[in-house]
Amino acid sequence: MSRPGPKQHPMSHATRYRKYHPKLYRTRMPIFWWVRRWTHVRFITRELTSVFVAFYAIELLFLLWTLTLGQEAYDDFLAWLQTPLALALNTIAFLMILYHSITWFNLAPKALVVRVGEVRIPPVAIAGLNYAGWVVLSAALAWFILSA
Amino acid sequence: MTQQTIALEVFRYRPEQEHEPTFQTYEVPLRKDWVVLDALNYIKDEIDGTLTFRWSCRMGVCGSCGMMINGTPVLTCAAFLETYQPGPVRIEPLANFPVVRDLVILMSDFMEKLGRVKPWIMTDKEKPVAEGEYLQTPTQLADFKQYSMCINCMLCYSACPVYGLEPDFIGPAAIALAQRYNLDSRDEGNAERMEVLSQDDGIWQCTLVGECSAVCPKAVDPAGAIQRYKVASTNDWWRSKLMPWGK
Repeated sequence: MSRPGPKQHPMSHATRYRKYHPKLYRTRMPIFWWVRRWTHVRFITRELTSVFVAFYAIELLFLLWTLTLGQEAYDDFLAWLQTPLALALNTIAFLMILYHSITWFNLAPKALVVRVGEVRIPPVAIAGLNYAGWVVLSAALAWFILSA
Repeated sequence: MTQQTIALEVFRYRPEQEHEPTFQTYEVPLRKDWVVLDALNYIKDEIDGTLTFRWSCRMGVCGSCGMMINGTPVLTCAAFLETYQPGPVRIEPLANFPVVRDLVILMSDFMEKLGRVKPWIMTDKEKPVAEGEYLQTPTQLADFKQYSMCINCMLCYSACPVYGLEPDFIGPAAIALAQRYNLDSRDEGNAERMEVLSQDDGIWQCTLVGECSAVCPKAVDPAGAIQRYKVASTNDWWRSKLMPWGK
């Protein structure tokens, strides 16, 4: 004798609910999933700052390349750097790189757990050492450039 | 005096009746000592017995009652109704998981991933009982204790956009639990777990959004565990390149 099965709906092509075979409900994340939460916006901004890090690196490489082309090319590029467009781009890039550095320095203690003997160096000290390194290097570079 | 109430907008999905979920609003008493789970149990007992949800210990230990409250994953047993005044309070099943019914999600994916990272102590050779216990100093215990607090509530998976976008990602809790055993002085399974976690769906999928640690009810800090794992994996790689003769 056959067991009574679930009620059939012969004309329907939709997925039917069957006992022990749950019809799961799944959602997909929308493309703009990150605009809903402030923390996600901050995360995406942090990721986007990498583009400006690349921009700075390319700009520096370009400057070095113009040096190999001779004095005139170098002076032309320096003149372009004084234009409002270049100034605006560099200001934005500078602010983005500041955000990049600060957010990553603050996250450094998550990855670095350092022990000296039995004592774990506190997370604040790890971040602090990163900031200190940043200040010292920036000061050294500023001294080198300004005293040249 | 009439009792103050608060509205709960509860996600309903009854697969035998409907193809799409709906929201149903219930008015429940706003009691000072009630958490959202108490309000759900009030609905179940007094208003609508068909509402389905998981719960067990009601004291933040079992990890069963995790849900989205106003879009944030929380343990409903630890979420006081009062904090959501004046309401309405929107209650949904944990995000990023398939929904079986109402507030119940399918957790098979997490259970499979948890097993994959071998969350138990592995030793190359077991010590005979006659040789005594495996002793551990308080410092050695402190190394992994934080990660052992995980209650498998899956709030971190629900908060993780990487898991939402790439469901293959092994995910925060499983990696934190792998780290719990890696950092245990009695364990020797690090290399075996690294095989699993250094794959494409392992630690390198994590982009450090950090939300997993923000929602963790036990301060496990899975995001920290994953970043530490990345450092260890990078060190391993360099060591294998610079000293290929050493293990």
